[in-house]
Amino acid sequence: MNEKFDLILEPGGGIRHYWRDIWKYRELFFFLAWRDILVRYKQTAIGIAWSVLRPFLTMVVFTIVFNKLAKLPSDGIPYPVMVYAAMLPWQFFANTLAESSNSLIDNQNLLTKVYFPRLVMPASSVIVSLIDFFISLVILAGLMLWYGFLPDWHVILLPLFLFQALLFAFGCGLWISALNVQYRDFRYVVPFLIQFGLYISPVGFSSSIVPEQWRMFYAFNPMVGVIEGFRWAITGKEAMIYWPGFLLSLVLIGMILTSGFWWFRRMERTFADVV
Amino acid sequence: MTTVIRVENLGKKYTLHHQQRESYTALRDVLASGISSIGQSLLHPFQKSLPDRQIKEQFWALKDISFEVKEGDRIGIIGRNGAGKSTLLKILSRITEPTSGRVKIKGRVASLLEVGTGFHPELTGRENIFLNGAILGMSRSEIKKKFDEIVDFAEIEKFLDTPVKRYSSGMYVRLAFAVAAHLEPEILIVDEVLAVGDAQFQKKCLGKMGEVAQGGRTVLFVSHQMAAIQNLCDRVLVLNSGKIQLIAETKVAINSYLSTMSVEDTDNNLEYMKRSGNGLVRLASFHMENEKGVYIKSICSGDSLLLVFTCLSTIQLSIKNVSIGFSIHNSLGDTLSVFYSHYANVLFDFDSDGVIKCKIDDFPFSPGQYHIAARVLADGAEADWPKGFIGRIDVEAGDYYKSGKYGDAGVGPVLIRGCWSLS
Repeated sequence: MNEKFDLILEPGGGIRHYWRDIWKYRELFFFLAWRDILVRYKQTAIGIAWSVLRPFLTMVVFTIVFNKLAKLPSDGIPYPVMVYAAMLPWQFFANTLAESSNSLIDNQNLLTKVYFPRLVMPASSVIVSLIDFFISLVILAGLMLWYGFLPDWHVILLPLFLFQALLFAFGCGLWISALNVQYRDFRYVVPFLIQFGLYISPVGFSSSIVPEQWRMFYAFNPMVGVIEGFRWAITGKEAMIYWPGFLLSLVLIGMILTSGFWWFRRMERTFADVV
Repeated sequence: MTTVIRVENLGKKYTLHHQQRESYTALRDVLASGISSIGQSLLHPFQKSLPDRQIKEQFWALKDISFEVKEGDRIGIIGRNGAGKSTLLKILSRITEPTSGRVKIKGRVASLLEVGTGFHPELTGRENIFLNGAILGMSRSEIKKKFDEIVDFAEIEKFLDTPVKRYSSGMYVRLAFAVAAHLEPEILIVDEVLAVGDAQFQKKCLGKMGEVAQGGRTVLFVSHQMAAIQNLCDRVLVLNSGKIQLIAETKVAINSYLSTMSVEDTDNNLEYMKRSGNGLVRLASFHMENEKGVYIKSICSGDSLLLVFTCLSTIQLSIKNVSIGFSIHNSLGDTLSVFYSHYANVLFDFDSDGVIKCKIDDFPFSPGQYHIAARVLADGAEADWPKGFIGRIDVEAGDYYKSGKYGDAGVGPVLIRGCWSLS
């Protein structure tokens, strides 16, 4: 009798094969992302326009309020460019967070009927926001041309900061998507967090206006590091970034991501029963 | 033959929260009860904390399930609602984890718990084939290879580039099943898919599943349709409140299942019924059985049914010329059929008591619930007429036409057979 089994299901089991399973289901990951993108741009004729308009209009408002009315400094950079350079990672973060937080609930019919590593779900929703990001990036390029402000070599480091934003958003997404399944009213917390975050992060203003002794404290918001990184890469201005704060942001993101994985893995086993 | 699935002492426990009206937990409730319990312990620091206001009840959906499935087996799983069939399939297809015990599986498992899972209404048929395939565990190259076959099987060539939301429900189901049918896993898990679609397509699905099984692959099939189980499976597992009642060869298991359904039902009590008639003969008891003499309360269309009436003579004398009749009613109480023994020129004579049986070959009613009433005549006069239904029979889909098809359920209560010809 041949006694070799491929798969053993037991209470608390399945962790051994988890990473292998994620690799096996990588195609599903792409398919889900592909579906979300397809649906998004099919359902709304203004799908693309919307992803352009939202950050653009916010940028206009911020420029008027913070630059023209509040007369905040911009360190020699055209104010709209400075705001938009921060708007990019912020919008990307906010979209990713919103999408991945709801990904499990929105797909609960899949969750209760088919097996796949649930991690695929919040992960694939990150991709959709990436598309929006690249569209916005084109707008930034146009804006910089308009103001005749061209970036230097620093800009090649931009993908690294994008990756940093992605990891942060994904880490938060893991936490919140799992919490969302467990506590269904948690979804109302997310829009509030995002709105709140927009004002405490240096999107509409330069973080150089924060007093020097407070900058480390300010960096406890990991998005500060991400946004400063973006501005630094795009403008090349050393004053834009506070390196100790940036390192702190990396550490914090690492912690959120690791704990997010841990929490998600812990809750994942019961998703199908609770959802 | 190698064992492909081994289930050992499998159990699955669910915790029921009685207080909640909603199926999910809300954070506000958790916070509120947390705060109130902190408040309690502040107010009464020496009192033991009160037990949770929520009554939590533990419920074993499955308990101590053990069985083995060999390669190429076609196993049917039957049981009433809530017997644990779906939970078992959910564990086997890895959707939920067991609470105790273990399952060992060899080979790729694909489950077909509900057709059309993961279809997106905005996407076209073509796009949905790829998406659904991926969700069910096919790789892109596999789907590409099978694409034409799937489209062919589903008969939707013309609508490939139409969004699925514009499909008729028939097309939708066909497409969904087509994708799933071309999965080619080593182990296929199917739950009630055949309940949908037109008769012709159902036949096709059964054929496809038969083909899957012929190809040496293993099939686990959950259904309420005994006919489908009979056609497809060689062994059947009967579940009853989370435990295995029986694993046996199909025919045996189905009979056992149908007969246990009867024993637990005792709603028609002859003894306390109002009745009319001269009382010379009294109907004492009634039950139904199958050809083998097993008590049943449900039957498949086309099977044989015996109605068994026990009559008592109340005058301690032999009674002559007794005719017994029964009527069959639908669930609304409408009379569908009446049959007295004297219609068939049969009259009974008996001494103190008599057990009278009426055998109906090829029970000609379609799936549903029917009620039975009876009346006894002696020498042409009404002797006993209980004013109420003396029995109830649940009819399940069966092979009435002896063709492997079971027609369209719910169209009409009475089934007829006939010879079709062209002249």
